[in-house]
Amino acid sequence: MFPPRQDVLRLMPEIILSLSGILLMLIEPFLSGARRTLIVTLAALGSGLALVSTIYPATLPGTAFSGLLRIDGFSVFVHVVVEAVAFLVIIGSADYLDREKIQHGEYYALVLFATVGMCVMAGAAELMTAFVGLETSSISTYILAGYRRDVPRSNESAMKYFLLGSFATAFFLYGIALLYGATGTTQLARMTFPTTPGRERLLDLGLGLMLVGLAFKIAAAPFQLWTPDVYEGAPTPVTALMASGPKAAAFALLLRILATVGAAGTFWFWALWVSAALTMFVGNLAAIAQSNVKRMLAYSSISHAGYILVALAAAAASDQVELGVAAVLYYLAVYALMKLGAFIFVSQLGGESERHMEIDDFRGLAVRQPVAAACFALFLLSLLGLPVTSGFLGKFYIFNAALASRLIWLAVLLAINTVIAAFYYLRVIVVMYMRQPNQTWPPAPMPWAVTFVLSIAAAGTFYLGLFPGRVMALATQAALSLPGR
Amino acid sequence: MVPIGHYIFLSVALLAIGIVGIVTRRNVIIILMSIELILNAVNINLVAFSRLVGSVEGQIFAIFIITDAAAEAAVGLGIIIAFFRNRETVLADEMDILKW
Amino acid sequence: MSGNLAQAYAPLLIHLLVALGLSAILLILSSLIGQHRPTREKMQPYECGITPVGDAREPFDVKFYLVAMVFILFDVEAVFLYPWAYVFRELRWFGFTEMLLYILILLAGYVYLWKKGALDWNPSKTQRDRQT
Repeated sequence: MFPPRQDVLRLMPEIILSLSGILLMLIEPFLSGARRTLIVTLAALGSGLALVSTIYPATLPGTAFSGLLRIDGFSVFVHVVVEAVAFLVIIGSADYLDREKIQHGEYYALVLFATVGMCVMAGAAELMTAFVGLETSSISTYILAGYRRDVPRSNESAMKYFLLGSFATAFFLYGIALLYGATGTTQLARMTFPTTPGRERLLDLGLGLMLVGLAFKIAAAPFQLWTPDVYEGAPTPVTALMASGPKAAAFALLLRILATVGAAGTFWFWALWVSAALTMFVGNLAAIAQSNVKRMLAYSSISHAGYILVALAAAAASDQVELGVAAVLYYLAVYALMKLGAFIFVSQLGGESERHMEIDDFRGLAVRQPVAAACFALFLLSLLGLPVTSGFLGKFYIFNAALASRLIWLAVLLAINTVIAAFYYLRVIVVMYMRQPNQTWPPAPMPWAVTFVLSIAAAGTFYLGLFPGRVMALATQAALSLPGR
Repeated sequence: MVPIGHYIFLSVALLAIGIVGIVTRRNVIIILMSIELILNAVNINLVAFSRLVGSVEGQIFAIFIITDAAAEAAVGLGIIIAFFRNRETVLADEMDILKW
Repeated sequence: MSGNLAQAYAPLLIHLLVALGLSAILLILSSLIGQHRPTREKMQPYECGITPVGDAREPFDVKFYLVAMVFILFDVEAVFLYPWAYVFRELRWFGFTEMLLYILILLAGYVYLWKKGALDWNPSKTQRDRQT
């Protein structure tokens, strides 16, 4: 009755993440005095080890634990993305937590638990597993959003995230229940079109409700209202995590359902189309009006969800999902790196209590901190999609997938939005490079940990922009590893 | 045996009450209760369908949802208490530091 | 179908009616026949025979919520024991080790709570630090 040894090996990243999370939680109350180094090292080690141990699932594809998990190229790709995000966020958080005097083991434990949830979502072949993964990651992030307990903004952010997030989960669950009623199973692969008359309606309704629930999680219009508030109020390193990790995992779940359940593609297509168009415009147009950089980046991440939805619609439209899926995966990797870099940079520059978040505070930063400013400019240009940066190639692949599925209009809208977006990204760069430095406050020098995270994100952004071959090959392979309709 | 339609009706009624509660109430604790109500609606559906299609998956799922609801409620109450300590209110429309 | 349904649930309905009717009759009878001489002592809320202190509606310590939350969590986590007990014999050692792992994880949470002082009835050290 014991599960075969290889199943345990396939679950190695999750096991390591959970164990290091529990360990961190347990040692926290026992430690006193000089404990910061120990906690941060342990957390970084845990996430790093998990990243390395992804080699096990990578070499052992197949279904594990009697069909609960499906380990394939797709799940491994998403695993690597979210684990790398966790690793970088952990390293990038340490100095921020010191500054805000909230350096606790629990913070890192929660980041690790959230990552476990995302990993489980990536590999879920069954809706119960998907739900447990989704909730593990969501509940941990609710707490993290309110981690600055004494700051009203952070409280409010956590409250909004919690209320809307659990509302979304409830919808998602109701959808699952209807789907279960229609097909008689929670296994994605066995969800065929029901033969009993009258149950197709149930299937459609269930799929619709599930889409609504997941649309909340990825901040797709018209369910994006919570995003700017939550992102702005949460501690900035947590915003970095929220913008890159859970989003990638939710997209992975959407993609897996789309690729596995035959009815999903046809039923979801128009919803995805409309949502993609709306999300791009809502995000970009609102971002122009922002004067707070953190809030602007929040709106920008809404618009990026829109771009990814274009690729999703492309995958739903054609019989060959590979092109669209590969584009989504590539963009997720690209997007995670640049968004994480941008938010970690802002978290450091904001200074104590995140006081300096206005665009005006960034005046003349290129003179004061040339390297960090160059990194931030690179992330912004990549978010905009300038050639040579990874953002350009990511958009190019999405564009390509949209054209291959004959979604000409969506492709046009994507191009228009890129032009709109140029407006607000370039404004920040102009302020950083062409204005006189602000005399009233000198920004603190970048600690080495933050510099490390920024350089990795910058190097990744360059690498993915100049040498896409390898990663794109992996993404295509991952897309092909999905069961297919 | 009670026909499946009755269960579905009860579940949809609970869902409707939950949604109305979330949309119309200002008190965060009542909104939280409404969310829990929807989760219970899901549970009724799952167990009823489990009986209908003759598999236990639905019942096991319901157990997972019950535990999840407890975890969610605990975290939610914690957030509400933290919020109340700083702002002395539990009304949703007074959450206005961050503009909607 | 509806005929069968009515038949199957008829005893339950009768039971319900009898219970409601009997309690209603008893309440009405006692209010009609009994003598009413309200005094101050009689109108006080009943608290196990102890003289009540203050209004029951006053806000009480947030500590109670914490204990209630912890109780609900551990109480509900135990729900997994029921299906496990049902198939315990078939699962043999596998089921046993799995449940042991599960309980160990819960135990880790318990130790954490304990050391953090969430179970301390008196203000814990961390709380006193916060107040000063």
